[in-house]
Amino acid sequence: MKYKIQVVKKAEVSLSKNLLLSLLAIVSALLAGGIFILAIGHNPLNIYGSIVQGAWRSPIAIKGTIKIAIPLLIASLGITPAFQMKFWNIGAEGQIIMGGIFATYFALFFDHLPHGLLLLLMFIAGMLGGGLWGLIPAYFKTKFGTNETLFTLMLNYIALYLIKYFTEGPWRDPASSGFPKIASFAKNARLDQVLGLHAGWVIGLLLVVLVFIYLNFTKRGYEIKVVGESTNTARYAGMNVKKIVMRTMFLSGAICGIAGMTQVSGAAFTLGEGVAGGVGFTAIIVAWLAKLNPVIILIVTVLFSMLEKGCSVMQSSFGLSTAVSSILQGIILFFILAFDFFTRYRFVLRKSTN
Amino acid sequence: MEQINHETMAIELKQITKTFGSVVANNKIDLSVKQGEILALLGENGSGKTTLMNMLSGIYRPDSGSIFINGAPVTINSPEDSIRLGVGMIHQHFKLVEALTATDNILLGSREKGIFLHKKRSEKIREISERFGLEVDPEKKIYQMSVSEKQTVEILKVLYRKADILILDEPTAVLTPQETTRLFEILRRMKQEGCAVIIITHKLNEVLEISDRVTILRKGESVATVTTAETNARELTELMVGRPVELAIHHLKTDFHENLLEVHHLSVADEEGFETLKDVSFDLNRGEILGVAGVAGSGQKELCEAIAGLLPLKKGAILYHNEDLAGKSPNEIIKMGISMSFIPEDRLGMGLAASMGMVDNMLLKKYNEGKGPFVSKKKARELAKKLVKQLDIVTPSVDTPVRRLSGGNVQKVLLGREIESEPNVLITAYAVRGLDINSSYTIYDLLNEQKKKGVGVLFIGEDLDVMLELCDRIMVLCHGKITGIVNAKEVTKEELGLLMTDASGKGGDAHEV
Repeated sequence: MKYKIQVVKKAEVSLSKNLLLSLLAIVSALLAGGIFILAIGHNPLNIYGSIVQGAWRSPIAIKGTIKIAIPLLIASLGITPAFQMKFWNIGAEGQIIMGGIFATYFALFFDHLPHGLLLLLMFIAGMLGGGLWGLIPAYFKTKFGTNETLFTLMLNYIALYLIKYFTEGPWRDPASSGFPKIASFAKNARLDQVLGLHAGWVIGLLLVVLVFIYLNFTKRGYEIKVVGESTNTARYAGMNVKKIVMRTMFLSGAICGIAGMTQVSGAAFTLGEGVAGGVGFTAIIVAWLAKLNPVIILIVTVLFSMLEKGCSVMQSSFGLSTAVSSILQGIILFFILAFDFFTRYRFVLRKSTN
Repeated sequence: MEQINHETMAIELKQITKTFGSVVANNKIDLSVKQGEILALLGENGSGKTTLMNMLSGIYRPDSGSIFINGAPVTINSPEDSIRLGVGMIHQHFKLVEALTATDNILLGSREKGIFLHKKRSEKIREISERFGLEVDPEKKIYQMSVSEKQTVEILKVLYRKADILILDEPTAVLTPQETTRLFEILRRMKQEGCAVIIITHKLNEVLEISDRVTILRKGESVATVTTAETNARELTELMVGRPVELAIHHLKTDFHENLLEVHHLSVADEEGFETLKDVSFDLNRGEILGVAGVAGSGQKELCEAIAGLLPLKKGAILYHNEDLAGKSPNEIIKMGISMSFIPEDRLGMGLAASMGMVDNMLLKKYNEGKGPFVSKKKARELAKKLVKQLDIVTPSVDTPVRRLSGGNVQKVLLGREIESEPNVLITAYAVRGLDINSSYTIYDLLNEQKKKGVGVLFIGEDLDVMLELCDRIMVLCHGKITGIVNAKEVTKEELGLLMTDASGKGGDAHEV
């Protein structure tokens, strides 16, 4: 008798089962990663220990972890409203960059303004930049039915090359003796520190609360959910679907833009090609794993940042190449995503006819 | 084991059980059909008819129990297996490629040798169609065919694959009375040829007309199998529902003489410019139920959506209290007291948000009321609880996503919400589709209550018997045109059937009040 495996969609999964699956995912990820570590001749326990320690062992380490978390958190929150509307915005990367570019404009050319005013301007400019970058695909989607996934993806590249243009062209630092870079921001244009870290983390936490309230308790949040369910139902209920889509995408982009603003003014003090550095893509994974819940996004972000920070510490203290930590991160991510599959589907073994 | 039975059983199902999660769809069901016999499978929606048949056609697999075909035990793992065993299923929704001819649709997916299509491929099909009396032109493209022709192609398709066991899932739902008669002739012919036929239905008169035996399912169990000649409609209903049911629809007389809605020369075109509604004119009075009859896809959906402001009008006017609705947004129309409660086959795609609970769904048209940026859910929660009590809605809680409720309960949520909004005009499309008998009568009562209050009800229906009893007037649509508006008291089902196919040939003339 032959057997074949079939994939079957699951009905609803209870919360406790979901938690169990997540736990199982982590355990399997650690086991698989452990085999890999053994294979390169190290003790998995030591390596894992140093990852956790690396993320939390000292105030400096903790700061490093949080610094990684800030843009990731804000960008994940930014993606969430769009995703709840089933508008597949994978342009967070570009929206972060545009937020950074707009903010940088004020940082470079208005640094004579009072500190508070300048930062406020940069903040608004960041939101505007990201927001407009989100609005463009939304406009074309509602007007001509273009595919938002491809559209937002392509805009990422345009944004990236815009930075290149500014770095090598109009905004190039004259004091850099020919090296293409943008000048470091004046002190005036740098984000304040709160408890020894740039204020981005305060903004991030505030946004968790704000996005949570917006999505769950406001009329606009309700509209987003209904449009995500079915545009027909939304139209039937008398909603202006186009307006909702454009407004929400502006908001989504604007929040991502904030991430760009905090990066340039809080972390890098300048604008470089690495301002987003893939955060916009990781944010998609974070938002998705957190099932688009702002509070869970916070938790997932912290875990992700821990992994990244811890891995970099581990690799330097064991003298391993960067590839090792990348592979390890990859294995762990892979398992977590794979188990997400099991919250939706299950395998069934069946007799096949002869 | 040899079966010593001079009448071989074409199909025998023994103790078939199928569960979906915690829901038992089929519980130890026994069923058998002889060769040359027509078996009706009768049961309310959700009683497990389609699930059971899907196991025969290889879409589902039973959890336990065994299937015998022509006396031999078989395992059916896929639709291919089922075709090989001679089982052919004709689904409610046709699975045909519109752009191909009947012949090519029939050949599609058949596993014959060779790479090229044979030039004379139509011949063989013509042969089969003549043998069974199936009138269809093998060279005709599907999109040019009427619904009943398409169904004939589906039947030919399974016969071509040498099926001698035929399963038809609610085949008459899309047919006019005349087409139904023709289908039944075909089925009788197949019976003579020795085929075994299973027909799934919930229409009692059809069961009595066509079947030899009836197996009745209730809540996933087979409650009885009776010989058709020895039973009657009352007994069958009792078996189906589980208790005696009063089968009369109350017809109310009202005393309103006010005109509510006037539709003048309304035309609507789809994206390709094809007119889905052509010059439609009628009016709707207070305290009246105006039925809309017609074969599925005759423009019912477009009519609803045009009145609700969801479709742009190409021509014409819709007057409500002498104000033209053309160009008004759905929101404005809702505020004027016109409520559309549902759209065919798409209760969850339009009208309700599937992943939201009852409470959030109650808010759908009202979330914008009240000041401030926040949604207030208090009233909606009270309303949801009230509806659960009033309409016996079965749900774990008012926050359970409505997609997890059964079809009947979803319908009650939707209609309950619309009625609570106290509309002046209520549009219902296929209000009782998918509902059990008891819920259907609850809905009829609700509509009558609205009528009593002076609401004008536009009732888009499919069961002509029901419409004749419930409605005051019946408007018949055919290909987007009105072929007649008749008084429900003075018309017969056959006359309606003729109007539905526009057999009178004078489409769009009648406009009598």
